[in-house]
Amino acid sequence: MTALVWLQYALYFAILVLAAVPLGRYIARVYEGQDGIARRVLGPVERGIYRLAGIRADEETSWKQYALCLLAFNLVGALFVYLIQRFQGYLPFNPTHLPGVRPEIAFNTAVSFTTNTNWQAYGGETTMSHFTQMAGLTVQNFLSASTGMAVAITLARGFARRSTATVGSFWVDLTRGTLYVLLPLSLFLAGLLVSQGVVQTFDSSATVSLVEPQVDASGQMITEQILPLGPVASQVAIKQLGTNGGGYFNTNSAHPFENPTPFSNFLELMAILLIPAALCFTFGAMVRSPRHGWILLATMLALLVPLVVLCAATEYGGNPALVGLGLDQAAGNMEGKEVRFGTATSALWATVTTASSNGSVNSMHDSFTPLGGLAPMWLIQLGEVAFGGVGSGLYGLLMFAVIAVFIAGLMVGRTPEFLGKKLDAYEMKMASLVILIPSAAVLVGTAMACLLPDVAAAAPNPGPHGFSEILYAFSSAANNNGSAFAGLDAGGRFYTVALGICMLIGRYWVIVPVLAVAGSLARKPVVPPSAGTLPTDTPLFVVLLVGTVLLVGALTFIPALALGPIVEHLRFAVAAGGVP
Amino acid sequence: MTRRPAAHSLANRKGVARAVKDAACKLDPRYLYKNPVMFVVEIGSAFTTLLFVHALATGMGDASAWFILSISLWLWFTVFFGNFAEAMAEGRGKAQADTLRRARKEVLARRLALPRRDAPVEEVLSAHLRRGNFVFVAAGEFIPGDGEVIEGIASVDESAITGESAPVIRESGGDRSAVTGGTRVLSDWIIVRITADPGETFLDRMIGMVEGSKRQKTPNEIALHILLAALTIVFLLATVTLLAYSIYAVRSSGSGTPVTMTVLVALLVCLIPTTIGGLLSAIGIAGMDRMIRANVLATSGRAVEAAGDVDVLLLDKTGTITLGNREAVAFLAAPGVCEQTLADAAQLASLADETPEGRSIVVLAKRRFGLRGRDLQAMGASFVPFSAHTRMSGVDIDGRQIRKGAVDAIERFVGDHSGQMPGEVRGIVEDLARQGATPLLVAEGGRVLGVIHLKDIVKGGLRDRFAEMRKLGIRTVMITGDNPMTASAIAAEAGVDDFLAEATPERKLSLIREYQQHGHLVAMTGDGTNDAPALAQADVAVAMNSGTQAAKEAGNMVDLDSNPTKLLDIVAIGKQMLMTRGALTTFSISNDVSKYFAIIPAAFATTYPELGALNLMNLHSPQSAVLSAVIFNALIIVGLIPLALRGVAYRPSPAAELLRGNLLVYGLGGLLLPFPCIKMIDLLLHWMGV
Repeated sequence: MTALVWLQYALYFAILVLAAVPLGRYIARVYEGQDGIARRVLGPVERGIYRLAGIRADEETSWKQYALCLLAFNLVGALFVYLIQRFQGYLPFNPTHLPGVRPEIAFNTAVSFTTNTNWQAYGGETTMSHFTQMAGLTVQNFLSASTGMAVAITLARGFARRSTATVGSFWVDLTRGTLYVLLPLSLFLAGLLVSQGVVQTFDSSATVSLVEPQVDASGQMITEQILPLGPVASQVAIKQLGTNGGGYFNTNSAHPFENPTPFSNFLELMAILLIPAALCFTFGAMVRSPRHGWILLATMLALLVPLVVLCAATEYGGNPALVGLGLDQAAGNMEGKEVRFGTATSALWATVTTASSNGSVNSMHDSFTPLGGLAPMWLIQLGEVAFGGVGSGLYGLLMFAVIAVFIAGLMVGRTPEFLGKKLDAYEMKMASLVILIPSAAVLVGTAMACLLPDVAAAAPNPGPHGFSEILYAFSSAANNNGSAFAGLDAGGRFYTVALGICMLIGRYWVIVPVLAVAGSLARKPVVPPSAGTLPTDTPLFVVLLVGTVLLVGALTFIPALALGPIVEHLRFAVAAGGVP
Repeated sequence: MTRRPAAHSLANRKGVARAVKDAACKLDPRYLYKNPVMFVVEIGSAFTTLLFVHALATGMGDASAWFILSISLWLWFTVFFGNFAEAMAEGRGKAQADTLRRARKEVLARRLALPRRDAPVEEVLSAHLRRGNFVFVAAGEFIPGDGEVIEGIASVDESAITGESAPVIRESGGDRSAVTGGTRVLSDWIIVRITADPGETFLDRMIGMVEGSKRQKTPNEIALHILLAALTIVFLLATVTLLAYSIYAVRSSGSGTPVTMTVLVALLVCLIPTTIGGLLSAIGIAGMDRMIRANVLATSGRAVEAAGDVDVLLLDKTGTITLGNREAVAFLAAPGVCEQTLADAAQLASLADETPEGRSIVVLAKRRFGLRGRDLQAMGASFVPFSAHTRMSGVDIDGRQIRKGAVDAIERFVGDHSGQMPGEVRGIVEDLARQGATPLLVAEGGRVLGVIHLKDIVKGGLRDRFAEMRKLGIRTVMITGDNPMTASAIAAEAGVDDFLAEATPERKLSLIREYQQHGHLVAMTGDGTNDAPALAQADVAVAMNSGTQAAKEAGNMVDLDSNPTKLLDIVAIGKQMLMTRGALTTFSISNDVSKYFAIIPAAFATTYPELGALNLMNLHSPQSAVLSAVIFNALIIVGLIPLALRGVAYRPSPAAELLRGNLLVYGLGGLLLPFPCIKMIDLLLHWMGV
């Protein structure tokens, strides 16, 4: 790794933090309904939506009611996406006359996009019509992201409020998040992306002449190539901002029409972490303790940065098996990477996209070196808390904070309290569920796939690498990341259904306990802080929180990782003649 | 504070023997299922035992028979050690309960038909006494049950309850009327109204408490159990699914055999938080026990936990912050009176006064002017005792009427003798009040001679302790009936954070409510009946054993030594218990890292020998690696029993400092310690030829 790479990374994170601070404060003002320029411009639209939908903006509900609204809304959304896919053959904007999508793929995709996972068991340009992409998938890109934010905001309210029975209105939160945050940012980003050459058109495809004509297997001369097109920029913008990650094209952001230039690559990288980072400051603003925003962001960075470095360093190390063949490995392990991005940004993207629950790719993780591939996989298995999804990262990390405070809080000789709220058996029950359920889904799903011989065979590389592929798929689905290790043929019935179920479990069995905690916290009074209170706004707490995430969240996966990337790495080293 | 002789040390062999027996009884799954972590270990132990029998019977078991046997034995030890810790903690209470039970003997009581000494008497067994009965108890007899003295005064030996051998006075009316069954009247007689039915007496409750028979999990313990159960489930899933992964690995790599059941169970037990799971209830019981050894009885573990959380201490001035008595420190003469004249009159007026204040005046007169004691009787003087009505005392001698008393009383006295209060004296009085002192006026007939400066004596060492409390974030508030001026002076001298002057029971109650409304947890002590409402409202309410029955019922702790300053110790004990719980949880969880390094390479040695690179400790064989980890896991429980019973080192400091220290010792220590320990066990096993 050269100094230039370090500088690139430092610059990326510095700009990210600089942009996140004001955005975070803005988001807090949005949800608290404070006046501002955005409100003056978009306020009439917001009020119009409420009038149309018959919503009273000042009517708040209990957490149970809130959760019911959220679940009902997401269920309807999923059904809608499912039906669009099934009947796209009869619907407009289908220039290439794509037929209806297979039921299990449609199920998987509907679940995938409503849960903000955006796992893609299909190839975008060859399966989904323009209409499906826009009215189905892009709409859910907005709504699933806004749902995640609403939950995080509700949890923040739980901490901020005292002795209140209500936690907010789901409809208001959903509307505000979409209208004031996601839409303007997406518009802005889509414009910038178009300027870089990302396509945005309703044309189905363009036909171009090949620079170098090819001869196919039957001996025919091929001189032309058909390039699929579509309304790409608009979907790419929200796919990155909403940590969705579902690409318009099968190869996602490795595709030149989704991500043509280094600058577009930088913009998209920035967009991936922007809102999750900003939400830390939103939280700080809402609980009236900006320091807590910094502490959460520092924790996320402390988890992510070492893994970025691990990934980049091992990728720059190259493939030792190729060194013997006299191949130059100075650019690092370039297999599966785009030359226009190179090793540094590919490694950064791989870790950033898995740290946040984005999952879009600009290189193929399957072709990374074993440890280079371990970094993204472990980031997912941490529970998507190092930045994580829009909203979901924040509430996931706060649940870990609840557990950290509970364990360590006792060590100062007081029963635990976090931001003035006493943590009791109820909060522990819910926080435990949040930690337990996604891990359980990953472990059990992977075990099932391993035991079914036909299913296991879907991993084309038997042995540790095949195991990594299966483990990665289930980790990605149950933690709502959506990133694919590639390699694994996940289009079969078992994977589409099993992964679909994992996505559902990983999303809603986490959201409901989080809302329950929000409700319980909102009801509690605030204990005033004193010298005897566990300080949760110090660097020491960052250490504690990182330790808790690693010990409680990630130790679970050590045995599984040992059988996948770790053994592969050790073999790799032996094969290269080195000492492991 | 006296220690009861029954307080057992760890080395007590009889106690250990009893604990071993109790620990074996606790292996009963019907008992153990309440502790999810240890219950899983027990199931694991039973399962590996079956695997051993299977291996022995078929000769082709899961692994070699001796290996399964050793693993299974050490798993049983793990459960046993957890039980042993709990039994040890309970054992100390049991020994005390035995002593108390001896005090609760059947005695013959003299029941009175009416609450009068001359009423008809009927002899009944104490077990037949009911609430509302009246009994007559004379010198040398045991008091047959809890009650209230309604007539008479007696000295009572309460050593059976308090361990304090000096007798105490119990009399009707006022705040010293409560008597406890099982204590003995030493002199005089009393008539007692019984206030508790048999089986519900103070002694019964106390026995139940120290035995832990009525012990319920505290809220924080329940929450911790939930977390531990969740971790257990996660690790259960991680190990069970590992079998599937291993089968896949064997199938796809075509070499080796899947991980054995024995190793999986061993891995499971090593990963789940057995250390804290095994010691958790011992920590709670030991916390109660530490209270008991400080001669404080808590009515529930919840109260002990709350003691750690308290952030406001309400302290009564008299008895807690100051010694009960005031001391004369200066004679301040009125204009035209020489100081010695004042001292002489004051001494005369105090010679027959047996109160500590009176005696201190005599002492001061002697020290300042060498005035010796005089025989009042020989001088033909008549003593005028203090009465609540006149609020003066004094002496009539040779036609001189010398009086000392409160300002308004003396003013009235001189007024009656057609004298009046000089303005200068008034100035002195106000000055003294501002300093927190009590002025005592001396007058002869219609002439005010001057003022005696009486000073409250603040107990030694309190200032430092209050500073400690401040470091812990605890606010100390002095409660006093004095006027605000006096109160503020004493508060400043004692170093408390705040004070409530001119306190009445109502104001005290509303102060507690106010603090609680702002989210504070309030602790207080009290002894009188009028303290009862405030005691009932406070989060931690310590009633003095010398106090009334009403106060004892309203509080959630009773201090047998009746020492209000002990509130500070109670807070420390509560904090120490919570800290011990947190420290051992952290330790237990950070232990896991090392166990992965020991077991993972060993478990997959046949399929992926490359994983041997993770064998950082260089353990000599897969079997000894697994066994060493399991043995360490079992022995660490035993090793930490003394810590669990004694509590972690506690020094009052701010939370940030405590956290840093404990995180370093128990977090980082828990991460690193197992590495050398497992290595040592492995070397030992190797040396023994395993």
